[in-house]
Order: sequence, then structure tokens, then C-alpha cells
Amino acid sequence: MKIAVVQFPGSNGDQDTFHLFASGLGLPTRYLWHKDTALGDVDLVALPGGFAYGDYLRCGAIARFSPIMAAVREFAARGGLVFGICNGFQVLCEAGLLPGALIRNSCLEFRCQMCELTVEASSAAFSPAVLGASLRLPIAHGEGNYRIDPTGLEQLEANRQILLRYAHNPNGSLGGIAGIRNRAGNVFGLMPHPDRAFERFHASRDGLPFARAVLAAQFPEFQKKSA
Amino acid sequence: MPVAPLPPNPDPVLNQKITPALRQKHGLLPEEYGVIEQILGREPTLTELGIFSVMWSEHCSYKNTRPLLKGFPTEKKGPTDKFGKVLVKAGEENAGIIDIGDGWAIAFKIESHNHPSAIEPFEGAATGVGGIIRDIFTMGARPVLLTNSLRFGDLGTPATKRLLRGVVAGISHYGNCVGVPTVGGDVYFDPSYEGNPLVNALCLGTLRHDQIRRGAAKGVGNPVYYVGAATGRDGLGGAAFASRELSEASAADRPAVQKGDPFMEKLLIEACLEMMAVPGLVVGIQDMGAAGLTCSTCETASRGGAGIEIELDQVPQRETGMNSYEIMLSESQERMLVIVERGREREIEEIFAKWDLHAALIGLVTNTGQMVVKQHGVVVADIPAGSLTDRAPVYQREARVPAYLAETQAWTPEKAGLADLTAPTAQAALPALLGHPTIASKRWVYRQYDHIVRHGTAVEPGSDAAVVRLRLGDSERFIAIKNDCNGRYCYLNPHRGAQIAMLECMRNLACSGAVPLAMTDNLNFGNPYKPENFYQLKECVRGLAEVCRFFDVPVVGGNVSLYNESAAGAIDPTPTVAVVGLIEEEKHITRQFVRAAGDRLILLGGAPDELGGSQYLGVLHGLKTGDAPRADLAAEKRLQEFLLAQIRAGRVSAAHDLSEGGLLVAVSEMLFAPAPAVGAAAPAWGATLDLSNLAGGRLDALLYGESQGRALLAVAPAAEVVVLQAAAAAGLPASAVGTVTGDGTLAVSAARLRLSWPAADLRRTWETAIEEAMKRPGLE
Repeated sequence: MKIAVVQFPGSNGDQDTFHLFASGLGLPTRYLWHKDTALGDVDLVALPGGFAYGDYLRCGAIARFSPIMAAVREFAARGGLVFGICNGFQVLCEAGLLPGALIRNSCLEFRCQMCELTVEASSAAFSPAVLGASLRLPIAHGEGNYRIDPTGLEQLEANRQILLRYAHNPNGSLGGIAGIRNRAGNVFGLMPHPDRAFERFHASRDGLPFARAVLAAQFPEFQKKSA
Repeated sequence: MPVAPLPPNPDPVLNQKITPALRQKHGLLPEEYGVIEQILGREPTLTELGIFSVMWSEHCSYKNTRPLLKGFPTEKKGPTDKFGKVLVKAGEENAGIIDIGDGWAIAFKIESHNHPSAIEPFEGAATGVGGIIRDIFTMGARPVLLTNSLRFGDLGTPATKRLLRGVVAGISHYGNCVGVPTVGGDVYFDPSYEGNPLVNALCLGTLRHDQIRRGAAKGVGNPVYYVGAATGRDGLGGAAFASRELSEASAADRPAVQKGDPFMEKLLIEACLEMMAVPGLVVGIQDMGAAGLTCSTCETASRGGAGIEIELDQVPQRETGMNSYEIMLSESQERMLVIVERGREREIEEIFAKWDLHAALIGLVTNTGQMVVKQHGVVVADIPAGSLTDRAPVYQREARVPAYLAETQAWTPEKAGLADLTAPTAQAALPALLGHPTIASKRWVYRQYDHIVRHGTAVEPGSDAAVVRLRLGDSERFIAIKNDCNGRYCYLNPHRGAQIAMLECMRNLACSGAVPLAMTDNLNFGNPYKPENFYQLKECVRGLAEVCRFFDVPVVGGNVSLYNESAAGAIDPTPTVAVVGLIEEEKHITRQFVRAAGDRLILLGGAPDELGGSQYLGVLHGLKTGDAPRADLAAEKRLQEFLLAQIRAGRVSAAHDLSEGGLLVAVSEMLFAPAPAVGAAAPAWGATLDLSNLAGGRLDALLYGESQGRALLAVAPAAEVVVLQAAAAAGLPASAVGTVTGDGTLAVSAARLRLSWPAADLRRTWETAIEEAMKRPGLE
């Protein structure tokens, strides 16, 4: 199991994501530079939190044009696991790898706080039966208000693509949506931070089961082995 | 000896005759101007006048405070074999550095951005954060945490709301984007800060001993690089602006406020740290903060005992037609000056190209000792570099005891006929105090800061001190940090008030399980030319220095911000102190929140018996009077050592110091453990207190007085006797005052008084006071 974490200029959760996999799950993990054009030998590509290219335009709007993103797109199309956290989720939406968009929080302010998230029955790996009815993960974003058109929402629901919903909506997201997957089940994105909920001293360690569930989407033995 | 004047400049603006009016506009006294002519042996050019004016401003030269600051201890006296040795002392460089063991060190410093924030709160606060981060990574350190210390006027006014909203949004914008967690801070609201808010920002970074970098230009012929953002006209003369009083006309100074770009800063951090990691490449490095290009060139040359020559045509510029005066005095943000080893130009250029940043070769190190500035090939300034830093004037200002002190210090509740509490007034006082924005939860503020990026935050904002895990190669350390200053105490007793600021920070660290390593301070005062203001400054510095010596906690640097006045007068003297401590084992990390019903509450340090300077007098009686509480350094030391010993012995389940609001506020705060998630039910802790053994004096002083040197412990019932015996053995007054309950009621009996509050109501008042005040209709 090999993990790669993409570093865009302005990424700042890169070390968090790196250590979620490297220290939290003990997996071989390395960085990829945004100017790279190939991913190399990898099983999961993670796009970390931060402010790629400053995000002075729409979040992720410039990052989607990074050289590395062509390789990420191709990897996803071949069924590779792609996982975006916070800014990484925003980039995946801008890149069209996940449906919908993230806009300014309805409170018009940045929010950094612990959230309770209801686990939706999305797949074998992502279900209340495996993860429990809810997880606690922190958020830290100014633009995490998930939006999608009515047809898109219907499809999300019909295809069970919603992974997590906020128990108490902190940002105005439609239907309280906090995290989704693509229809094929190999691209994942969420605004909360599993990468800041895994250390002994963190207020929650629910980032670990969440990250395992992402890996288990393609490597079911992983979840069983590590559970 | 007269020297030939510099050749006339093709730009007529730069050839202006230096008139008395022009000198005055640059804030230079006639005698100061005389020294400049003496140094140069001729009349300065306009560019040179500008250079001297910013370098000799209080902000850069400390001309009114330097003699006072010499009183601070800058080295640790006790054993430093494990940690605590000062590796870079205060004043030597951009920030001091302290050893934390195993070849690792921390660099930290606090700095003010008060005046810019008063005029333009968002950009002023944002660039304050940017500036202090550069001070840290210029030392070779990776910035890992931020804190801030904020002061505003009465939260009831629209002006204060605008400033608070703007300042917090500015800090949030910059710190969140740059990816350094804002883990703590302190915020006070008092009318004395009306129109002149304080915005002090602190940054701490980690580095290995062999990574320490100096801001010195050395090696004749070594190239001088300018890296980072292009220069514009923003922030023109900001250092001089910061060294004047604010007035109605200050809004017209808005061009003197800089605009920040945290994305650029993030790239600059990464590129500079990558560059500094290359062995032998960087000879010297300095950020362009206050006084921009001017300060960085003359300070590096002066420290290196060398000269420096630069050509401004090579400086990246984002506006056309800028003259040498404007380029030299611009305070555009996110710029650094780097001196690299000759012959290795390609290496630095490649690193900056990787990060898509400017790296412009603008000059060379020389052996002349002169700072020579050219534009279009014409010399516009030729100044002995050392004269700008070492020959800045130093003044011993006149100090006079302010007249108000005789009256306030003589005040007693008895003489003033202040009635003691009755059951109804005692009952009403607690929610009133908890709902005052100075005491109320600062959640509205810190939820806008990313306080968890870098995944090292172990104790989040809201407890006594922030605790952060530092990753040091393959090992780790936990450090605690706290900043504080009660300006009210400093107003009523400058010497003692400053002592209390430092004592309280250290007490907060002790309650969190940390031993203090070092401190940094930000001296915020009024105009030093007013003898009463200078008296406050002098007394505060004396008080701080005494505490530092007594506790052997060295000062590693800081900042002085004078001229903090508005039309209504000077601010309360505010010597903000930040202390960093080390937690030797992770299991010693202690929070202020109770954890189990049945735990006993033990009050250490004796019963509070003073009212002077209290929030109770302020909030309930509209008084800022009395003497500041006593400060007994020896007793405080006993208390702090005892706290640490009990924590290390594993007997403490929660610890919290008594400060603003006194005993009942402290107990309440221990019950307000955060909810497990936003919107989820908070734990319904309660407590039953019996203070009868402590009653006898005034009830208001017992319940709400702010006597220092006190803390509360929650311990398991089985540990109660051991802790009380240990306290007796240590000569520390201690008494069991109550029990933690799970019934959600705070019940207090004292003498004949019986008080009771639903803890959930108290929590709501405390948690939502600032949120309610800052609510914007129509938004969730």
C-alpha cells in the first residue's frame, strides 16, 4: 500500500495528511510536487488542505490546472484511489472529479471547531455498521458550504454517494453534506479533517477509521486487517 | 571634516533643500538633525533624511527605552545542561533562541501592529502576523505556532465592534492561509483602548542548533539578493507612523498601512527554509519589516561590520516611477534580504525559481562600512551603516508619578462606603462577571483561527495555556505558551501590575504542567515625552525585570510600542508578557476542566481578600480604583513549584489559576468543559462549595476579589489528604473548599450566605456574550 500526498504552492495540510498515513496508519508515504507530471508507483493519491495558489480566485480554481492534476485525473479514470481533504476536496470539485462546489460559509466567517458527523450508508466500507452511527472530526475552513443542483443532489442520493453529514450544520451546506464520493467509488472528498484527528492527544481519533474506510474501498482486506 | 555633497540627482524632487519643516515632518529634532550632518559631514539628501528618520524612530531605534531594557536579564543563571540555555540573546538578532535539548531549539518573539490596526484593522492585523512570522523564519526556524494579545475599547460601541471584527478577520486570513496555527491569546475590553486598540502577535518556530542563521552581511564581494514580493508604495514610512500619536487626521495616513499576501509569505517561508538547509549557502538573512530595505541593508552591514552597496534599478517593483526615497522607505510585505556565498548564485536562483519567486541580485557586500544606495547609477545615499544603528540618539526621559495614583492607591472599600455583598447582589454578580467580554469565552474569536493545522495542538484555546507538540526529527516535545497582561493593574500600580502579568503567565504554565523557559514582552505605552507615561513605562519594566531575575526566566526579545494614545489620552500601561514553558512528559499535560464527580476542589494560596483593580469593581460598580493586588514572589514560586510537583505525582485531574473575576469565576470556568462537538450537549458539571472556613472578611473580596498567587485543583477524593499534607509541608496555605458534582448546579455557602446557580445558565451567559454582541442579523 503506497500513499502519495500532492503539494501545491499554498498547501498547508500536506504534513497533516502525510502523517495521518505515515504515522497514523504506518504506511509508506511520500510527497508529489505540483509540477510533477507522473505519479509513479502509488495506490492512493491524497490532495491535502490549505490554500492552493492562495485561493484568491475560487478555491481550487487554479490548482486544477496544475501539471500534476492531469496525472491525477488519468489515475482516477483508471480506478485509482483519490482522496481530497478540505482544500483537496475543493480542488477535486473544481477538477470535475467530484460533483458540486464549495462556496463561502453561510456565516461568512472561517470556522475551526469539532463537528459531529452522521455516517451515511454509502458502501460496504462506508456504513454505520462499520464506522458507527457518527464520527467526530474537526473542520477548519472558510469555504465549506457544499452546493449542487437539484438533479445532481438526486443522483448523489440515489447512488448513495454521500459519506457524511454534519449533525449540526456549521457552514450552510446543502443537506448538511460534509463528504462525498464519486459514483464509481474511487474518488473521495470531505471538508472535515481526518488528518487532524489521529494522534494520542487529539480530541478525537476518528480520522483513523475514516482513512481506513477510504483504503478499504479498493483493498477490503485492509479494513479487516487493521480494524 | 566637510565632505563634498553628493552629485545632484536628475530627479528634482530628490534635490529638495532640507528645510526645518521637512525635518519636522520626518520627526527629527533639531539636535538629532545636527548629529546627522555631523555624521555625514554634509547636508543629507532627501533619501538619506528618510533613511535616518525611520532608523532613528522609536520603532527601530528604541531611543527612549534602550536604557530601561538593559535591566532585563538575557541569560539563564541556573543549570542549562538539559534545556533552557539562551543560544541567541535579546537584541542580537530578529528573535532570541532557547535550547530545548537534543540539539533542538525554539525561536520566539512578540511584536505589535497597533497603529496600523487602529486605522485599517484587517490589513493592520494581518500584516502584523506576517511580520512576526518573518522574524522567526529569518532565524532559520520553521514557524509552528502563533498567539496574539488584543485590547479593545468597550464592546458596546459600533467602533469597537468594527475593530474587533476586522482585527480577528485579518489574523484569521493571514495565519490560516500561511498554515501556522493560532493556538492561544488574550483579549481584554476596556475604555482606555478606545480608538487605540492593541494588536500584538507572537510567533514561535523550531530549529536545530546548527540551523541558526544570522542577519549579518559578511565577506567582501558576496552577492546581496532581494527575494519575495515586489516593492510598491504601500506602507511608506510605517515605522515613523508607528512612532506618533494617533489623531483624528490619522485616517489620512492610510497609505502608511501595508497590505499582506499570506500566499506569498507561505512560499517565502518554504523557499527560505529550503535555501537555509543548503550547507554554507546563506551568509546572512534578514526580513524587510519596519523600514523595509533601509533597515535590512544597514542592520546586516552593521552587524557584519561591513559595507553594502545596492542598485535600486534591480529591485523588483510593482509600480512605475518610484524614486529612491519611496523604494528605500516602502514597507511592502513578504520581502527578504539574503546574502549568499559568492559563486553560488545559481543555487539560490534555482530554489526561488522552483517556488516561482523573485530572487534579484541587487548589490554586493563591501569593506567600506558604508551603506551606498544607487538609482539609475547615481548615488542617492552614502551613509556609515553603523551610524544608523549605533549612533541613534538615546534619551533618558523624565519620569513623574502620575497624580491619580495617590487617590487610587489610598482607596479602600470601607473609606468609599462600598457596601459588602448581600445574597441578591452576590447572586447577580457572578453572571454579570461571566458575561463581561473580558472574562467571557473567547470562542467567537478563536473559532475563526485555524488552531489545529500542523496537527500538533494538544490543548486547544480555552484552557489556562495552549499546549503544542513539536515534532523534532524523530523525537517530540510538548511546550506550553501563555500571554497576558491586565492593564487595569498596571494603571493602578505599574510596578506590581507588570509583575502580576508575568506571574500569571507562569502560573498558567504551571497549571498546565510546564516549567517556564523564557519570556518575550511587548511594551505598549503612551507618549514617552509625557513624564507620567514614562514613569509607568519605567516602573513596569522594573517590575518585569525583578520577576525575570527571581524566577531565572530570561527575556529573549520583544518589542516596544509607544505613542498609544487617542484623543482621550494614553492607554492603560500594557506590558504584555508571553512565557513559553516545557512539559517534560506528555502525561503531565493538565487542563482546567473538571473530569469526575466526587473530585475534591482544593484552593491553594489562601482566601482572596483584596478588591483593588478587580473586574468586580469595574463591572458591578463602574470603578477602576484601589491598589493592584499584592504580588509576593516567594509565595508565588512556592505555589508554582507545588502545582508542578502535584501534577508530576499524578494527583491532579484539573488545575486552574485564579485571575480576573476571582474565586467563583475560576470555579465556574473549571465546570465549562467544551462540548464534544459543536451543537452537542456540553457536560453538566456542578460543584458544591463551602467557604465558611475562609469567610470572616469581606464577602465581595472572598468571592470576586483578585488576590494573586492562588490556584484551584481538582483531585480524586483519595488524593485529598496527601495533597493537603504536601501543601502544609511546603508552607503553602491550602484548603478543601468543595466537591465536583454531576448535577449541573453551582452551590456556594459562605458564612450565612447561600447561593446557587444552574451551571448551564452560567455557561450560556459566558459562552455567548461576545457572540451575541457580534451577531450580524440575517446570518446563521
